[in-house]
Amino acid sequence: MGTPQFSTFYPDFYIERLENRCIKCKRCVKECTYEAHLWDEKKKILKEDHTKCIGCHRCEAMCPTKAIIIKPHPSQFREHANWTPWFIKNIYKQADQGGVLLTSTGCAVPIKNYFDHLVLDACQVTNPPIDPLREPMELRTYIGSKPSGIEVEEVNGKFRLKKPLPPLIKLEIPVMFAAMSFGAISLHVHQGLARAARDLGTLYNTGEGGLHASLYEYGSNTIVQCASGRFGLHVDYLNAGVAIEIKIGQGAKPGIGGHLPGEKVTEEISKTRMIPVGSDALSPAPHHDIYSIEDLRGLIFALKEATEYKKLVFVKIAAVHNVAAIASGIVRAGADAVVIDGLKGGTGAAPTMFRDYIGIPIELAISAVDKRLREEGLRHMTSIIASGGIRCSADVVKAIALGADAVYIGTAALIAVGCSMCQRCYTGKCPWGIATNNPELIKRLPPEVAYEKIYNLVHAWGHEIKEMLGAMGLNSIESLRGNRDKLRAVGLTKEEMEILEVKHAGEV
Amino acid sequence: MWNRTLISKEISGCGISGIIHKKGKLISGEVIIKSICCQEERGNGLGAGFAAYGIYPGMENFYTLHVMAENSYALELVEELLAHQTFLNYQEPIPTRKVKTIKNPPLFKRYFVRPKFEGELTEICDELAEDNYIVKLVMEINTKIEGAYVISSGKNMGVFKGVGFPDEIAEFFRIEEYKAFIWTGHNRFPTNTPGWWGGAHPFTILDWSIVHNGEISSYGTNKRYLELFGYKCTLLTDTEVVAYILDLLIRRHGLPLKVACLALAPPFWMEIDEMSEERELLTAIRIIYGSAMLNGPFAILFAYNGGLVGLNDRVKLRPLVAAEKGDLVYMASEEAAIRAICPDPDKVWAPKAGEPVIVELEPNTIPNQRSYLKGRPREEDENELRVKCAYTPLFASK
Ligand code: SF4
Ligand code: SF4
Repeated sequence: MGTPQFSTFYPDFYIERLENRCIKCKRCVKECTYEAHLWDEKKKILKEDHTKCIGCHRCEAMCPTKAIIIKPHPSQFREHANWTPWFIKNIYKQADQGGVLLTSTGCAVPIKNYFDHLVLDACQVTNPPIDPLREPMELRTYIGSKPSGIEVEEVNGKFRLKKPLPPLIKLEIPVMFAAMSFGAISLHVHQGLARAARDLGTLYNTGEGGLHASLYEYGSNTIVQCASGRFGLHVDYLNAGVAIEIKIGQGAKPGIGGHLPGEKVTEEISKTRMIPVGSDALSPAPHHDIYSIEDLRGLIFALKEATEYKKLVFVKIAAVHNVAAIASGIVRAGADAVVIDGLKGGTGAAPTMFRDYIGIPIELAISAVDKRLREEGLRHMTSIIASGGIRCSADVVKAIALGADAVYIGTAALIAVGCSMCQRCYTGKCPWGIATNNPELIKRLPPEVAYEKIYNLVHAWGHEIKEMLGAMGLNSIESLRGNRDKLRAVGLTKEEMEILEVKHAGEV
Repeated sequence: MWNRTLISKEISGCGISGIIHKKGKLISGEVIIKSICCQEERGNGLGAGFAAYGIYPGMENFYTLHVMAENSYALELVEELLAHQTFLNYQEPIPTRKVKTIKNPPLFKRYFVRPKFEGELTEICDELAEDNYIVKLVMEINTKIEGAYVISSGKNMGVFKGVGFPDEIAEFFRIEEYKAFIWTGHNRFPTNTPGWWGGAHPFTILDWSIVHNGEISSYGTNKRYLELFGYKCTLLTDTEVVAYILDLLIRRHGLPLKVACLALAPPFWMEIDEMSEERELLTAIRIIYGSAMLNGPFAILFAYNGGLVGLNDRVKLRPLVAAEKGDLVYMASEEAAIRAICPDPDKVWAPKAGEPVIVELEPNTIPNQRSYLKGRPREEDENELRVKCAYTPLFASK
């Protein structure tokens, strides 16, 4: 007997098999990438190893006779308000292995969700609501740095723009797809995102893993990312999209870089990322050419030079305590848009402590950045993109009313293609074929299915956003931007309302 | 104490009316009274007002501050400030009458001033600088002096307004004694009742005056946008926002009036996408001035030293009618309000959604006449210079 492994004693989930339904087709054995279902050839029976189940619900969903139910394991520790099973089991894991706790997705701790404490307005009597089915309703949004005003000249009795505007990106819906690298997610998901972005008139983001050759054709709907690892970064890549995003930080793990485990680095990934097969892809915590704001300016303009000033440069930061001042510096450094990624932003792999405890909620960050940029007279000349924790179209509306120009969604798009939030993306075994590069697993999610689901989701959100705008008496999304009048707080403190610049419900 | 820092934006329905004589002939105040009183059903006695242009002949070169004050102490503070910051040419109480239904009206005084620039012994003759100076002065009085409020600050024009029905306010201010080449009038139906005299229309900044029927749903966005340019929206009314947007777009950004109206009530993207020549300009207007767009139902009349403009929201959710008779042009919420003072107009029409009716005086009709039909260079934005980016054309490839 070796050292006991405490962490294996207490499974999180319980696999219940309804024997009267089970036809022993062994589908579950095939579906479970964690080998929690076992076929006992001798006894001709199916067995379960509850300790291996991570709760992805794949077997349950795929079982042809619906014979499987996945539930929280009924075995319980003695109740303790402080020492909940989560902490106990984490300690077992670390005591067993001596490692950093790893996880995926976004912050799982119930830190106050401000979206859920904000309610929206609607018109009654004094002001007619607008019906989007009968009247035009506009969601079009332009992203990029803009001059403060325009100049007009008269030519042959007609007014004309004297000086053309700088390059800007047109979004038909202010919802974009957040950076998720090829490597972290499968090529099929990337293909689905790219196609959906094109058909929706929005953008998707390559993430830091380079751009697969098959995706260059979606260039005008692509944001390419330049992160600290500089994987797959070459001049054709930089020129492939309409914008380049410098990733300084990520809401799920502010202050650290990325880690794509070698197991996920397959042939295709190695080509795209320009690294050897099977090698860990580690992006450092800082960009080693950015140790200060002036260095950032250097990189912004280096990228602009490399792309002949045709591409916009976004800078993405994690929402941290000082986010407002940093964002203002970024705008002054010449970025065309600031991307703020909140505490609840997702990830393919992050240390649990970072995912759960570092950074601030996006709602507060948007408001703080918007306010700072207004105070400095800069807000109208730049764009704010909010990311991290957007779960529904009302969250989008609230984010815009708090001051964002557009939002990124990541997790929501993955859930749309089947992700069940098992939070194990870092293992590379995603049973839903999303966060994996295993050639067999990725077949579980064909690109057409990914496209259809993602398209449907955002299309539906578009409808809902239009309905909400109409109810508020607005027929264009720009009249919502920063419009705190449309928000009221329920159950927030004075300080919180001050930061969000909203009144409490019931206040007139 | 006046409840002027209302906690929320006021909501109201209204009646409006305006007249302009293109050759600058003066029209008696009785005319506008008759027109606005004919729309009495559109108000509820909680606010009415008038703006008149050309009423101070001989004083055309002075900014006339109509100051409303809660008490004489507030007036003293105003006068102290004016003594420091302006050359004060003349001052007098605004003549009023006792009206039975008007109880405890505020004090009204008018001051004819010119800006006194710091360190300068003589006045500078830069119109934009002078205007900006007066804007700042007005903001200072309105935000810093408790109990005092500037209700108009243009040259050779003035605003008279208060809480009451239009006929009462007209009687109180002896409107029939004034003669003007442009008149606008307003009758208000607020759904919340601040009952504050300063909350009545018209609203002004310099010689811009606005009367407005509607509710601006984009108020929150517009207000924040204006703050970027130093405007403080202290009154929490839609109309104040409209006044400042016009000032910003036309006076400071130098946009031609028509272009500014396009920013306020722009066409829809689906219309713009179909345009050929105008597409680039309209796209730029919508992108750059998106936060200045007035979203929600409105009909407004705005006037300045030289013109009168009527404008509807982009889907025409509030009424606006215009008519012409010789050199006179009329605009009002209802045709009846026009016919009451002009029974047989040459032409009557209902302006389309977002299509402005712009009427200017003939050139050189009055001193200090302003015309905004053409564009002027834009005032420099310091921040813009600081955040320098290299711009290349958006439509270069097309
Ligand atoms: S890990 Fe997923 S597929 Fe495997 S048993 Fe658990 S729920 Fe089923
Ligand atoms: S992407 Fe896959 S591995 Fe990641 S949380 Fe979703 S289902 Fe689990």
